[in-house]
Amino acid sequence: MNKSIILHVLGWILNFEAAFMVLPIIVALIYGEKSGYAFLITIGICLLIGLPLALFKPKSRIFYAKEGFVSVALGWIMLSFIGALPFYISGQIPHFVDAMFEIISGFTTTGSSILSDVEALDYCMLFWRSFTHWIGGMGVLVFILAILPLARGESMHIMRAESPGPSVEKFVPRMRTSASLLYGIYIGMTILQILLLLAGRMPLFDALTLTFGSAGTGGFTIKNTNIMSYSPYLQNVITIFMFLFGVNFNFYYLVLLRKAKDAFKMEEVKWYFIIVVIAIVLISFNTGQVKGFFGAIHHSAFQVSSIITTTGYATLDFNYWPTFSKTILMLLMFIGACAGSTGGGIKVSRIVVLFKTIGKEMAYLVHRRSVKVIKLNNKKQENETVRSINVFFVTYMIIFGASLLIISLDNFDFTTTFTAVATTLNNVGPGLEIIGPMGNFGGFSDLSKLVMMFNMLAGRLEIFPILVLFSPSTWKR
Amino acid sequence: MNIIIVGCGKVGVTLAEQLDQEGHNIIVVDNKSSAIDSVTNFMDVMGIVGSGASYHVLLEAGIENADLLIAVTGSDELNLLCCLIARKAGSCHTIARVRNPQYNDEIEFIKEEMGLSMTINPELETAVDMAALIKLPSAIDIDTFAKGKVELLKFQVPENSVLNNIKVMDLSSKLHSKVLVCIVEREDQIFIPSGSSLLYANDIISIVASHKNAIDFFQKVGILVNSIKNVMLIGGGTLTVYLAKILADSGIKVSIIEQNTERCEELSDLLPNAMIFNANATEKNVLQEEGVEDAEAFASLTNYDEENILLSLYAKKRSKAKVFTKITRMTYDDIVGELPLGIIINPKLVTADRILQHIRAMENSKGSNVETLYKLVDNKVEALEFYARSNAKLLGVPLEKLQIKPDILVSCINRKGRIIIPNGQDHIQVGDTVIIVTTIRGLNDLNDILQQ
Repeated sequence: MNKSIILHVLGWILNFEAAFMVLPIIVALIYGEKSGYAFLITIGICLLIGLPLALFKPKSRIFYAKEGFVSVALGWIMLSFIGALPFYISGQIPHFVDAMFEIISGFTTTGSSILSDVEALDYCMLFWRSFTHWIGGMGVLVFILAILPLARGESMHIMRAESPGPSVEKFVPRMRTSASLLYGIYIGMTILQILLLLAGRMPLFDALTLTFGSAGTGGFTIKNTNIMSYSPYLQNVITIFMFLFGVNFNFYYLVLLRKAKDAFKMEEVKWYFIIVVIAIVLISFNTGQVKGFFGAIHHSAFQVSSIITTTGYATLDFNYWPTFSKTILMLLMFIGACAGSTGGGIKVSRIVVLFKTIGKEMAYLVHRRSVKVIKLNNKKQENETVRSINVFFVTYMIIFGASLLIISLDNFDFTTTFTAVATTLNNVGPGLEIIGPMGNFGGFSDLSKLVMMFNMLAGRLEIFPILVLFSPSTWKR
Repeated sequence: MNIIIVGCGKVGVTLAEQLDQEGHNIIVVDNKSSAIDSVTNFMDVMGIVGSGASYHVLLEAGIENADLLIAVTGSDELNLLCCLIARKAGSCHTIARVRNPQYNDEIEFIKEEMGLSMTINPELETAVDMAALIKLPSAIDIDTFAKGKVELLKFQVPENSVLNNIKVMDLSSKLHSKVLVCIVEREDQIFIPSGSSLLYANDIISIVASHKNAIDFFQKVGILVNSIKNVMLIGGGTLTVYLAKILADSGIKVSIIEQNTERCEELSDLLPNAMIFNANATEKNVLQEEGVEDAEAFASLTNYDEENILLSLYAKKRSKAKVFTKITRMTYDDIVGELPLGIIINPKLVTADRILQHIRAMENSKGSNVETLYKLVDNKVEALEFYARSNAKLLGVPLEKLQIKPDILVSCINRKGRIIIPNGQDHIQVGDTVIIVTTIRGLNDLNDILQQ
């Protein structure tokens, strides 16, 4: 393995993280908060390690799939470790495991929190927490790729390891242009949401942090009451934007190219839309008897789009919903958003392919000689892709089971334990019962928190980059 | 430029790699997803799986915004179809690889009718290259332009040569040789000679001439032309046929060793002047028996790289011949490079090179009336290709009567595929492509060469 180029990439990640931390410092200056010094110290540490690594020319520029996986996985772990330092140094989250949990939940756009009182945090800390959602949503390395020519032709390996979805495609031939386009769309939509929220008289700080949370499909809020206290207009804006950020970004690229017709033909987006509509209708009917029909649609739309995109905002405590509605929400957690969006979960395209595989198997059982090609977007899915989706699903289930077993040691009720794993592995945020939208993860043991941190990273990077890190053959010469 | 490459074989990959490095946006199309995967994994290009001759696939590849489509699949027909569809779907330039000798005879017609910017025949191009190398003594450098059709021969004037102290316009009267002196390099100075310029010993001069005239000229000037009379070729493929034809035309004796009896008969039909031997060249005494020791040039051109390497090593040991070795797979080029194999021939690389040259010329001439632009002699001299339209002021007038600016030379006229190396009596017609050699920058139109 080419260690020198991986160190070089890691060096650049540190430098970029230092640059990102300038923003919370500005926030600290505006609000006159002393805890801003914690960011200064962290920036110092970043640059001290990062600059020499980045400026040092790597011995060889060889960069293969292995290097791609390892630098992405290590990069994310390092990003989280450094990102947790400000919380720890300033003493705002005194226990280091908690600080790590909080920041990993941030970068992986999960939004699960160990804090029982969010409002006790300083503004700069709240800002940093939410800003990590925004960075993590589209990916740090993709951001770096848009600016720096890190590894020339082989940058595809980085993109593939960091971007969600079974098969990653570029919009245009150049990786750099592709990454810039991706971030361009991302930034454009973020600004639009901020403006719309400001138009609804939301304070600037709230608008920024909540937009970061919905753009990255994260879910950290800055109030103990989550999104409840905002006006219905603001809640609706957030509903729509959460939904939009869960759409495959190829869709927006096609729309920008004025190929809206092709965009609306995207099978994954179609299914995503259908699932959302069905879930909203079912939940509205199920909860409607309690609160009146229009209120029910408003709330179910918000919750559905929050959970399927794996954001995790809430306008009410859905712990009190009927079991049928709660079960639908839980299924949505697993389905997740579209591939190529900022959302987590298994991804709609994988689910669609899995269902088509079932159809293929049935046809094969009845007609032994039948040959059927699995198509998505009217395009043949290579056997390799289908196989890797199957393996992904199996691995996902194994990790789920193992995590469930370890976390059950804490002896919480089954619903809490089960949804804790589901919500972290799918990067959603809240679960049910104790960890519901108004609850928090503070009560779990450190071991459970470590397992959940692993789950969040594995979920965000789609399992294999993180697993590759633990495979002995990666490190053998 | 946005460039679509159809076909991810060796040529396609070489082109993609080179053009990617030169900063173009590349989209590769192939109907094998494994081929696309291996390209997109190590290059910053976009890949599309599908047939390049499908309108929808080309649309997906962005044919509407493409500047150029290069079709280099294994099939001539598919390549031509790709180009035809691309031409109609977008308005891009197209380049096709066409290798079937049958099409080759009609290539000008096909090119014209299908609106192709360029066609390339790897075997023919390679044969032309090889023939030039075989025929020319090593003291002479070759630079090609006009899409490889015209050769610029560069050499240093020897001491005591007749060329010392001679006026350029006296060359034809005193030496009776028809060559055109295009560029003179004297110490640090580079200039385009006029009729009254004097040449001196140690000048490096570049001339344009037909092969026959060039050899004649070199003999008179006193550059040793140990011209080769006897060539042995192993393997009777298309490349051999083209090469043998060119060599036989200039009076060189060619012997070909080919294993397949039927092919031998075909060869004998195609090449009446060549000696054809039906034998397996790897059998030890065959080469010796057929006279490898007397051959002055030896080329192993079978389809097997390993066999070619062995044969060339043997020929190198047994004879003093100029040795050529055809090697198609360049994976181990560092190892092969260390072996005494003489000149290594790779038709795929030649193809890629020619196309690259064409693209560079295309890019250089963007935004003017210049058809193509070549940089010669370390980029200090430009060769510009103009198309003579009916508005050109110099039509029909003999060149010697035209008031042409200094430092400009009309070096070559391409009249419907026929290359004319002009003298004072020649004139330019509508439809000619005219190549101007100059040190002046920024000429935009054929009329710019005239003095106002």
